[in-house]
Amino acid sequence: MRDYTRYWTSGALLHRDERQNDNFHLDPMLLLPLLCIMGIGLTVLYSAVHQDLSILENQTAKLLAGFIAMTFAAWLHPGVYRRLAPLLYAIGLISLVAVFLFGTTAKGSQRWLDLPLLPRFQPSELMKVTVPLTVAWFLHDRPLPPRTIEVGIALLLAAIPAGLVVRQPDLGTGILIMAGGLVVVLLSGIRWRSIFLGALALLPFVPAYWYLFLNEYQKKRVFTFFDPESDPLGAGWSIIQSTTALGSGGLLGKGLFEGTQSRLDFLPESHTDFIMAVIGEELGFIGVITLIILYVLVMARGMHIAVQAGDTFGRLVAGSLTLTFFVNAILNIAVVSGLVPVTGAPLPLVSFGGTSAIALLVSFGIVMSIHSHRGWR
Amino acid sequence: MPGNQLKNSRVEARTFFVRAWTLFGGAVVLAVILVVRLFQLQVLEYEVYETRSEHNRIEVQPVAAGRGLIFDRRGVLLAENRSVSSLEIVEERTDGEIAETISAVSDLIEIQRSEIEAFHKRLKRRRRPYQAIPLKLRLLEHEAAIIRVNGHLLPGVQVSNIAARHYPLGEIGAHAIGSVRRITADDLKRLDQTRYAATRYVGRRGIEAFYEHSLHGQVGHRRVEVDVRGRVVRELELSAPEKGADLRLHLDSRLQILAYSALGDRRGAIVAIDPGSGGILAMVSRPSYDPNLFVRGMKSDEYRTLSDSRELPLFNRAVQGQYAPGSTFKPIVGLAAVSKGVTSWDETIVDRGWFKLQGQQRIYRDWSWTPEDAGGQGIVDLRRAIYRSSNVYFYDLATRLKVDALSVFAHQFGLGSDTAIDVYAAADGILPNRDWKYGAQGEDWYTGDTVNMGIGQGYLLVTPLQLATVASVFAARGRWKQPRMVMSGDESTENSPASVSGPSDKDWELMIDAMEEVVHRGDRGVGDNGTAWSYIGQDITYRMAGKSGTAQVVGINQGEQYDEAELDEFERKHAWFIAFAPSDEPVIAIAVLVENGGGGSSVAAPIAREILDAYLLPRIASNR
Repeated sequence: MRDYTRYWTSGALLHRDERQNDNFHLDPMLLLPLLCIMGIGLTVLYSAVHQDLSILENQTAKLLAGFIAMTFAAWLHPGVYRRLAPLLYAIGLISLVAVFLFGTTAKGSQRWLDLPLLPRFQPSELMKVTVPLTVAWFLHDRPLPPRTIEVGIALLLAAIPAGLVVRQPDLGTGILIMAGGLVVVLLSGIRWRSIFLGALALLPFVPAYWYLFLNEYQKKRVFTFFDPESDPLGAGWSIIQSTTALGSGGLLGKGLFEGTQSRLDFLPESHTDFIMAVIGEELGFIGVITLIILYVLVMARGMHIAVQAGDTFGRLVAGSLTLTFFVNAILNIAVVSGLVPVTGAPLPLVSFGGTSAIALLVSFGIVMSIHSHRGWR
Repeated sequence: MPGNQLKNSRVEARTFFVRAWTLFGGAVVLAVILVVRLFQLQVLEYEVYETRSEHNRIEVQPVAAGRGLIFDRRGVLLAENRSVSSLEIVEERTDGEIAETISAVSDLIEIQRSEIEAFHKRLKRRRRPYQAIPLKLRLLEHEAAIIRVNGHLLPGVQVSNIAARHYPLGEIGAHAIGSVRRITADDLKRLDQTRYAATRYVGRRGIEAFYEHSLHGQVGHRRVEVDVRGRVVRELELSAPEKGADLRLHLDSRLQILAYSALGDRRGAIVAIDPGSGGILAMVSRPSYDPNLFVRGMKSDEYRTLSDSRELPLFNRAVQGQYAPGSTFKPIVGLAAVSKGVTSWDETIVDRGWFKLQGQQRIYRDWSWTPEDAGGQGIVDLRRAIYRSSNVYFYDLATRLKVDALSVFAHQFGLGSDTAIDVYAAADGILPNRDWKYGAQGEDWYTGDTVNMGIGQGYLLVTPLQLATVASVFAARGRWKQPRMVMSGDESTENSPASVSGPSDKDWELMIDAMEEVVHRGDRGVGDNGTAWSYIGQDITYRMAGKSGTAQVVGINQGEQYDEAELDEFERKHAWFIAFAPSDEPVIAIAVLVENGGGGSSVAAPIAREILDAYLLPRIASNR
């Protein structure tokens, strides 16, 4: 049997030797694909908003802010996150409740919080980072694999904010928050048998969930997913138009700024949730594959960092943040290509939106921090 | 450290290693599934979606051809196309409640409650996103301006323009020109869907209906790129529509207006023909209707008022009304008899005011007959029988001529069939003979039927257009041209003249002389003036040939005198007058009908004179 302890120590030693500046904590192997994704994202966004420079500048500014936040997050010691986790969680929960009470409504969903002195933001996006931190904090100094009761508490920590977000309603982000917690639990070494049994036990709750928690529009989206043509001008519209955009892009695409589906506004939400369809239409199969490969590269590097992390907290956080990021991308592409019902998740680092991008960059800052501080116990 | 167990970092790290790469593997599998799906969409099914995307983007829009214009003989517009604005709302572009937008609009211009109801009905129908829904059709000019000026305050409200037909003559020209109406669901079943894809109106009556094909033109198409709102982003290709052909009518709008006003409030019809070309100079039927109402569209009760009226304003009496011609038929009977050798211009009979067939008791009376037996024209030859309009003479003549010969001869004058080249829905009338009666009535032809037919009564029915044609046949001395509305640019395509065979040139001239006497023979005493002289012949400055007719509507019992005033209005006799002038070189032939008007000479002849005066006097003055 291999000595896994040696695996990470040797890697860490090797890496430390390579590092020239102790103040530089950004991980080039992670940074490069992230920058590529953002580059493609900005380019396609520019096309999706009909080459409106002001929107492009706006998003670029947010990405820059995110980059600065990432640099800072990478510079902080992982121990800071571990200690701050419960506090961040509490702030997150309070702001989610605040959204409920006096949040800003847009497109039928109450997601934004307008606080004095702060820019408008979506607490649900911040929760995507906070939940993995909190669940990892809860589990990190317990013997692993966790006991059933601990698993229960850990899942509850994720389920409370996820439930609040689903009620906004924002099913996509809710799922991703829950996935963040779930991934931590899975990574913590819970037995496969327990996972299987748990899933089995949850099965009966699916109908209950359907009847108790899903809104009419959410149910309708599920129905139209199975038969978009039943309501081509209503709920089926977006999925028909997005598959049309993707499919008509073909292998090489119609060319940047040449996508008719987006240029002529047939594609709804073309700069936010459905921006993948613009990529598919204008850059073709090649463009889409390139983006997916970049996401896989990010995930691979993230998982490598997680595996190499020196402590439980670091492992769990890096693994969870990385996997959630990838699940987020997969979920979005699956929606756009008509594989799962419309859930409303942005394409990470590509879709227009500040809070999401900043939160994601901060989460990768944390991952980089875990990597660069792994020798410093 | 909490918990019962101690943490085992090495085991934990190992577990994590396995877990992490397992989940990574699972995620990669999901990614591969996505790639397969995208490959299916973008590579395998590319063509399906490419087509769908093109279908989204490219719209082939039919482009309506401008409907051909209609002019009178001098180039006066009789039917034109006007731009009509309508107010539309695009629900997706409005702010807030649609009701608020509507009330904001109705603060600016008047909107009927019924228009709002109709709007909401259309709003509920399934439609593509951003499709405009009309709220008010036919905006007035200032209303369209108000909406345009306030456009920025009314998001989603727009003014659109279409071309709609307009008839400047209104009800004066309605029966001659006809009208278009909105294409209905029934129309769509019989119209060519492609040709009419962009068309909103179709010719319904008159010229508009008869020449629908040439007026309509050829639909054009343009391929445009549209956005999701259906707005045209750019035009990719245009095959221009071909404008419908303009038509120039023989109609003289001044004569038409005059004829319309000459009839006044009386029910009746006037048709005037240029005998040289067969061109119809005027065609009037009263009462009439405003054809512009059909363009605008009528509410059902509005339409019912028109269609159910006892006066039948929608009925084109000039070409569809069928009446007994009465005495206006006598010149044809006379010419038939002369050309068949049944009588001669010299032969005379004695008219005592009544006629009996041999071996029958029934008495056929002259119009001058009185119960005291004092009537009758005395000794009459054919010429006198015409200008005195002797019934007895023609009872006798028709009996001797027999129905078959008379019917065949009269057919040459265009009776019993529609000889007009381009008159919409013209009736055939009835020119009876033995076979017709057996077929229609299941009875044999009796000699009594011939007697009645001799004075233009009985089964014989004609339309005013047919009688105007008869007048033009006499004017042209038998070498006549078929009546037509539209001037053909090319004379060679004009129909070759029809010809009446039988009468010699001398017969024609003698008959026309006799018809001139109807108008001009005066100052000879009560018993010898032309029937129309005292009404129109005393101050006439040109030579007119004419013939009056007074057609019975109800049968009169044997031996009864009846009082015209006591009859119901709709049972009174129809007044006819046919004429042409100048009689040696006629330029106009006319038939005037006044329904239930009474005497032809007293009622119809003055109308004919008024019209002929208006047409001829300026010409005569300019020739001098």
